Amino acid sequence: MQKKWWKILSFLLLTYTIIGGFLLDVPHLSILNETIRNLYFHVCMWFGMMILFIISFVYSIKYLRSFNYKNDIYAKNFAAVGALFGILGYATGTVWASYTWVTDQGQSLGSILKEPKLIGAAIALLIYAAYFVLRGSFTDIDKRARISAVYNIFAFAMLFPSIWIIPRLVGSLHPGAPGSDSGNPALNFNDIDSRLRMVFYPAIIGWTLLGVWITTLKIRLELLRDKTLIHE
Amino acid sequence: MNNFFSRFTLLFCALLLSTWVFAQDKVEMADLMRSNGKIYVVVTVCMIILIGLFLYVMMLDRKMSRMEKNNHPD
Repeated sequence: MQKKWWKILSFLLLTYTIIGGFLLDVPHLSILNETIRNLYFHVCMWFGMMILFIISFVYSIKYLRSFNYKNDIYAKNFAAVGALFGILGYATGTVWASYTWVTDQGQSLGSILKEPKLIGAAIALLIYAAYFVLRGSFTDIDKRARISAVYNIFAFAMLFPSIWIIPRLVGSLHPGAPGSDSGNPALNFNDIDSRLRMVFYPAIIGWTLLGVWITTLKIRLELLRDKTLIHE
Repeated sequence: MNNFFSRFTLLFCALLLSTWVFAQDKVEMADLMRSNGKIYVVVTVCMIILIGLFLYVMMLDRKMSRMEKNNHPD
């Protein structure tokens, strides 16, 4: 096993997330009740996804600058684990929504289907799904690497409007929509309670590091398999 | 005499009643796992999952390092 300090840090931070996340005091909010603790799990999945997609984007640019096949493997695997985090974020969100928006807030199915963050996240994930379809459709590895790197940059550019801009322009059930009294609930220090931040930020780092660890394993496997193709 | 006897019975019943009440809510002693709506059970379950997950990833990492050292995938 490669001994790296951040692997241990990831474990310690996630231990803290689970113990602190369940036992520390949280703000008492109506409808949300104890489910506000999902902030440490559901929201962290999305943050992990964004960070992994950013890393993937950087490696795609690095590939196009150097045409080093290694960078293509990095970009692909970071995007894959990022998409996995996105799917986990979606799955956890459905459970959270069904016990707050649907039953306790009395939202109709129509207003949930119109929820811009759900649509935006679905679009973003489908664009990344198309990235893997595109990769699979090439037999020539140089062509595959080059075209999918360009596509990955496009996919990242689509991530901006679909999950960061549009949900903040139109009405949304998520916090941070116009009309609600909150700005950016995750990063604005005035909007998120300090008790939540104490666990939330370590949780983001912990989950993301776990994602990076899994990605490095996938990368090492692929590097080993394609050893003959990589010229160093 | 009769009065004394009935008083004694009443007292005895009252004592019994108090032991019955004790049996209902004071039997759980120093039981961490049952406090706060058994939230510690949830914490323990999640910790087991987390530790299992990390052990699994660690094992994969170890295996990968071995393969890299041997320089051929098994």
